[in-house]
Amino acid sequence: MTPVPVEHILFLSTALFFIGMYGLFTRRNLISMLMSVELILNSVNINFVVFNKYFHAGKLDGVFFTIFIITIAAAEAAVALAIIINLFRSHQSIDVEDAAELKEPPTPKGEYGVM
Amino acid sequence: MLGLLLLGRRTEDEAMSYSSYILFIPLLPLLAFAVLSLFGKKYFNTSAGLIATLLLLVSTVLSLYTAYQYFLVDGKVNDVYQPVKAFQYTWLVFNEHLQIDMGVLLDPISVMMLVVITVVSLMVHVFSLWYMKGEERFATYYAFLGLFTFSMLGLVISTNIFQMYIFWELVGVSSFLLIGYYFQKPSAVAASKKAFIVTRFADLFFLIGILIVGFQSNSFNFGTIIQTLTNTQSAEFLSATSTTFFGASILTWALAFIFIGGAGKSAMFPLHIWLPDAMEGPTPVSALIHAATMVVAGVYLVARMFPVFAVNEASLHLVTWVGLISALFAAIIACTQTDIKRVLAYSTMSQIGYMMFALGVSGYGGEAGLGFTASMFHLFTHAFFKSLLFLAAGAVIHFIHSNEIKDMGGLRKHMPITNAVFFIACLAIAGVPPLSGFFSKEEILLASYNTDKIVYAVALLTSGLTAFYMFRLYFSIFWNKEAEVHDTHHGEGSMAMKFPLILLAVLTIVAGFVPFGEFVSSDGKVLETHLHILFSIAPVAAALAGIGLATYLYKKENERPAAISNSFGAFYKSAHQKFYIDEIYLFITKKIIFNLIARPAAWIDKHIVDGAMNGLAFATATVSSAIKGLQSGKVQNYALYFFGGIAVLAVIFIYIWK
Repeated sequence: MTPVPVEHILFLSTALFFIGMYGLFTRRNLISMLMSVELILNSVNINFVVFNKYFHAGKLDGVFFTIFIITIAAAEAAVALAIIINLFRSHQSIDVEDAAELKEPPTPKGEYGVM
Repeated sequence: MLGLLLLGRRTEDEAMSYSSYILFIPLLPLLAFAVLSLFGKKYFNTSAGLIATLLLLVSTVLSLYTAYQYFLVDGKVNDVYQPVKAFQYTWLVFNEHLQIDMGVLLDPISVMMLVVITVVSLMVHVFSLWYMKGEERFATYYAFLGLFTFSMLGLVISTNIFQMYIFWELVGVSSFLLIGYYFQKPSAVAASKKAFIVTRFADLFFLIGILIVGFQSNSFNFGTIIQTLTNTQSAEFLSATSTTFFGASILTWALAFIFIGGAGKSAMFPLHIWLPDAMEGPTPVSALIHAATMVVAGVYLVARMFPVFAVNEASLHLVTWVGLISALFAAIIACTQTDIKRVLAYSTMSQIGYMMFALGVSGYGGEAGLGFTASMFHLFTHAFFKSLLFLAAGAVIHFIHSNEIKDMGGLRKHMPITNAVFFIACLAIAGVPPLSGFFSKEEILLASYNTDKIVYAVALLTSGLTAFYMFRLYFSIFWNKEAEVHDTHHGEGSMAMKFPLILLAVLTIVAGFVPFGEFVSSDGKVLETHLHILFSIAPVAAALAGIGLATYLYKKENERPAAISNSFGAFYKSAHQKFYIDEIYLFITKKIIFNLIARPAAWIDKHIVDGAMNGLAFATATVSSAIKGLQSGKVQNYALYFFGGIAVLAVIFIYIWK
């Protein structure tokens, strides 16, 4: 059995990364956005593992990082879900467009005194 | 060995014997100032005068005792008066040579000044008890007088030039406060500002002079400065005289700057403009500050540094000519003024000019030092007769409620004592023997005759003019027309007013008989002064001519003065307008300095300094309002920016920065 060339795996991880990126920018639903972020994280995980396996076989650094990232992703998912539940309670929606309170309100002209 | 030890012990004892009381002389007036300015208005509004006068009386007694002790008991070592440091406290240390002390220096001129200042100040305190009675700010007035007396005493006993400068400025401040005492009058406010600004301007040069002298001689102490800068072999002297700047040596420049400081305080031409206006203050103040004490500070300063001046011919010439021009110039103006205090002010300026050029024609040591002794002698006698004139003028003004000559006349019957003392003082200032002014003026004329005949001729002319304008004043006040019917119920004045006048008149008569050369001379040795009968003929004749002319013109009311002033035409008019010096100053300040310096400075401030600040604020506001759309509130936009930023960084790190 011939080994899978490294380029193939890198192609997979890059594809996964940009799919996640696309989802993050286009989806308005917060749950979908969270899932997209998970995709991005997993593409990074694949990168770590493949570089460890192909170029530094015998070492475990890349595997450690992967385990860290999985742990952090789990924690992040828990926090994000909590935020989403709270957002739903206050806005009755989990659409990201509905939560725009941080937007700068329009200022009337001449407010700064020197204009 | 034993002798040396004894000598050492002796001088130490000497300093000790003064140090037990010498500090009380300046500190008692300061105490009066502190108490009266803090609590005066509330608790001592009526007794303020008495408190201040009693404290000053103690000071006066102490300074008379100091003078007795110094001049007659133990001032002399080997027939030379030695400077004694009666108190010394090191205040600021810059390096091992350069330090600023606070101390008390006793030598013939400072002890003489102590006596003059305390006596005149005491007379003014007593006189003010009557003159200022019932003033609303009575306590404040006495507090200011105390501050002034303290500063002036501190000035004359300074051991180093920096200490002198500190007190010099204090004197300026208290003069400012006293001129502006009637601060409700706009003219008094303007006069006090003018006095302060003009003298402060001159003090700037004084400070530069101090710094140069301090740098060149590596010390601020008068003793060390004089020692290093008069020793023509010393390295300091050579470096100070060999370096030149615009054709004059550094030492000449330094002395000229110091002299400018002195000229500002002493109202020498062309920095005299503040003195006539300073007459806005209460008249006793004019008697104290603007006749007897503060205005002679400049003369005192030159006298204090005199050994250094004496080795530098150029600076002595400057002193001579500035003094001489001031003397003549002021005498001419005094002939045309109609405000009695202004006549006295110009007369003061003229007499101080006398003292200045007497110093200028003097040499150091021996017979050549006659000018120095004469100058100090004139300072001494002038203090008494000029303060007497001012106090008497104050009495007249109090009686008439006007300063103008035209409101006066025929007062001799109403004010017999004032008339008598004014007459005595006029004779003294005119130089009629045997009054004090005769002796001192005689010495000055002799000293100038010995040195420079032109100076002598101008001085003689001034002397005749002095006699003329003083008697013009005297006859206009006390004779001339018959007195208009006055409301004379308050009489001439109380004892508090008469006593100082009489005492000063007595001093005016006897002060000339003090053998001054024995006590005060440029090198501390006894200087024998003789009266030269033949030499006195010319000055006395000039004085009598002046008096005669004044009698002819002003004793009875007549048309002759008007005719004469008309015949002088433009000259009379310009003298009456004080030779337009004030106008020239206004032209220079308002038209030239204001337009060429102040206006551009204001423009730069408004457009460049302020403009930079406003521009910065404007730019910040504009940029922030332009980019505030970026804060859209949409999470995905923020993520996009973030991603964009990371992408740019990635490009930079991968392709450019490697």
